[in-house]
Amino acid sequence: MLGAKDVAFPRLNLCSFYLWCIGAIFFIFALCTTGLDTGWTFYTPYSTTTSTSVIAATTGVFILGFSSIFTGLNFIVTVNTMRPPGMTWFKMPLFLWAIYSTAVIQVLATPVLGITLLLLICERLMHIGIFDPAYNGDPVAFQHFFWFYSHPAVYIMILPAFGIISELMSVHSHKSIFGYRFIALSSIAIALLSFLVWGHHMFTSGMSEITTIIFSALTFTVSVPSAIKVFNWLATMYKGSISLTTPMCYALSFMFLFTIGGLTGLFLGTLTTDLHLHDTYFVVSHFHYVMMGGTLVAFLGGVFHWWPKMTGKMFNETWGRVSALVVFIGFNLTFLPQFVLGSRGMPRRYATYDPEFTGLHRMSTVGAFVLGLGLVIALFVLLYSLYRGKKAPRNPWGGATLEWRCASPPPYYNFERPPVVGNPYYFENIEYDAKSDDYVFTEPERKIVPPEPAPQPEHVEAEKHN
Amino acid sequence: MATAEIDQDGHAHDHSDHHDHPAFLAHHFDSPEQQYDSGKLGMWLFLVTEILFFSGLFCAYAIYRSLRPEVYAFCSQFLNTELGAINTGVLLFSSLTMAWAVRAAQLEQHKVTVGMIAATISCAAIFLGVKAVEYSHKWDMGLLPAGMYSYDPVAEHHEGLSHYLIAISIVPSIVLIALIGLFIYGKAAGKQFLASCAAPLTVAAACYFVGVGLGVFLESRAAAAGHDSHAEGSALAAIGHADGLPPSKILEGPLDHATEDPPTIGIGTGDEAVGIMAADATNTGIRSELDALRAQEEMASGAFVDEYDGVDPFYDRPIENVNSNSLAGVFFSIYYCMTGLHAIHIIAGIGVLAWLLVRAVRQDFCSQYFGPVDYVGLYWHIVDLIWIYLFPLLYLIG
Repeated sequence: MLGAKDVAFPRLNLCSFYLWCIGAIFFIFALCTTGLDTGWTFYTPYSTTTSTSVIAATTGVFILGFSSIFTGLNFIVTVNTMRPPGMTWFKMPLFLWAIYSTAVIQVLATPVLGITLLLLICERLMHIGIFDPAYNGDPVAFQHFFWFYSHPAVYIMILPAFGIISELMSVHSHKSIFGYRFIALSSIAIALLSFLVWGHHMFTSGMSEITTIIFSALTFTVSVPSAIKVFNWLATMYKGSISLTTPMCYALSFMFLFTIGGLTGLFLGTLTTDLHLHDTYFVVSHFHYVMMGGTLVAFLGGVFHWWPKMTGKMFNETWGRVSALVVFIGFNLTFLPQFVLGSRGMPRRYATYDPEFTGLHRMSTVGAFVLGLGLVIALFVLLYSLYRGKKAPRNPWGGATLEWRCASPPPYYNFERPPVVGNPYYFENIEYDAKSDDYVFTEPERKIVPPEPAPQPEHVEAEKHN
Repeated sequence: MATAEIDQDGHAHDHSDHHDHPAFLAHHFDSPEQQYDSGKLGMWLFLVTEILFFSGLFCAYAIYRSLRPEVYAFCSQFLNTELGAINTGVLLFSSLTMAWAVRAAQLEQHKVTVGMIAATISCAAIFLGVKAVEYSHKWDMGLLPAGMYSYDPVAEHHEGLSHYLIAISIVPSIVLIALIGLFIYGKAAGKQFLASCAAPLTVAAACYFVGVGLGVFLESRAAAAGHDSHAEGSALAAIGHADGLPPSKILEGPLDHATEDPPTIGIGTGDEAVGIMAADATNTGIRSELDALRAQEEMASGAFVDEYDGVDPFYDRPIENVNSNSLAGVFFSIYYCMTGLHAIHIIAGIGVLAWLLVRAVRQDFCSQYFGPVDYVGLYWHIVDLIWIYLFPLLYLIG
């Protein structure tokens, strides 16, 4: 997409991958030996007093953090220094803008988690008394540190999804993206605002009133750039020539689910309603609408979109659409009831429930199975294409970004020489070619150069004769 | 660490296929300038993450200091300002030699480059030597993190060379012996490259022991001549003793006070369990809630409520004996975390500098390609800078 041969630091990239593996091994070791009973947040003092192997797990997360930092660093440098000639910042595909904002968060937030976990490990090993109340420590400080990373972390997950959707909307509507600069800058805005809202996870942790009010207000500001994106995507589809391909089905599904997820977030950002909804199924459902309905669905759309480019094989469109539909139905069946459950007071993290919640819980369970079925169908469609798929053409969807200009799958180093960069959302010169079942770039029609020199103005002619 | 990875990008590839670009330029870059800019930006970003990494500790420091200034005043007297100042000077000097090394690499003065890098490593080694003395001295006195804190002002002095110091010095000793061995082997077997790499590294490793010697000398002088200052410190520590009470009793002082005068229990709740919980002075949550309830009740009854009675339970608390594991111990936790993490960075820096030294001996760098020296230089300056902040924050207070 960027048109570079490789990322700026290929070895660092590999190093990230190995670090990721090592970190994962540590974490799985912790899970397999003693398990973890601290919840995913490692809140002190649970995590300093439990007998389970918190140290192994946090060491794992610490190493994963480094993997994340290095990758973020790599992406930032690559985007900054290795764009091909002609690709200015505002000619970059929006996916790159999203990845760039993600990388900024990774680089700025992850070190804080790193030091927090390191202090947690020290706390367990040596009782340093920073988080442990037994030695005058402050457990709420841990929560602050933790959420300073973990809130931006959800934007690490959702921002690439935004980028993918920006691409899908434009390419499959065959229409230039609406409000390019707004979408690009709103990614950056989200990245920066994400650092200012961590307190909304702690409204009930005993912060002062004024702090909670400030965090609540800041939380609402995040909805502005998010809404900018959603409205721009809608405007992109308006009067576009929409192809209901599998990626587009997922993208539409994303729009619906993410909007619900985003709007329910407003209830949680409001102090008064949050006190009622805190730690209920409402939160669970909100989180899943954004993270599953948003991120996962967008990622599935992205996988279907770039699958022909990555593997060189086309998948079965019909079954791809079926998978998108089943995932959509299953997802809503699972999580819509949970909003109702939560607002009626069903707390999260409980294995049992009162009898009046039975019906909705059953609905949710059935939905989970349907959702699982949809994901299995999607997986099967993709795997099947690897063996029986048609060979993918160069540009199956009619995209205008650089990656659709090289063969599928791309050759080593992508391009012979740095490609010529144009507008990534200019679709006027892309036409469907039925013969090769491919979209091709058409040259603008050239006027024939007139064989005779153009007639000169009279006075020039006159001067010649003289 | 990342430095090594980043810097290796320009490393000459030993591919046999023909190239139309210089050996130091990696395949995926178009020009040396682009490669240099990429590396530099990468390094700066890495330094940003380093700053953020330390920021958690500075935060912990700031919070704790604002809450317990007296603990800092008490504890910083155990830090030897002289040694800290020497280390600051050593690191500042090493930043100079590092910057000089970068300049020499740009000017292709290969010998100067090697010498300056070696000088930088030597300074780092001196720093670590002094630090080892400081640490071992504190461990002997029981000035340890909160969980293990066991300082006793009566029996603080120890005799002879610290066992901890000997234990710490085992690894540098092995490194020194190995380097001497390598040097001799290089000379004997005629491997000039090996010998010329090992020689400056040997000097640098020996500098660790210079640092240790310096530290031991100054620390013992401080112990002998500055006995008064220690006595003064002990006096402060022994506020409890002056009252004729054992320190533990003093520590419980405020707690006793609290249990004698429990907040009015049962307003609006009538819950026995709340009363039992509130009797425990550490349960500040319940107690403040009950206080609030009481204030609310008074307000509702129409009685005159004093806006502020002048006693803030946090800031106007009775003087406690700070020499306890939950007060002074936490200071030393923060001290060890900050300086320890910094020392780890120094050690990592030594590793990267050693790699740089080998490359400088091999004359890899030229006026077109000096990126790695520059990047390591940046890293080294940040490590130095962090110490510049740590020194006054920890040593020069109170």
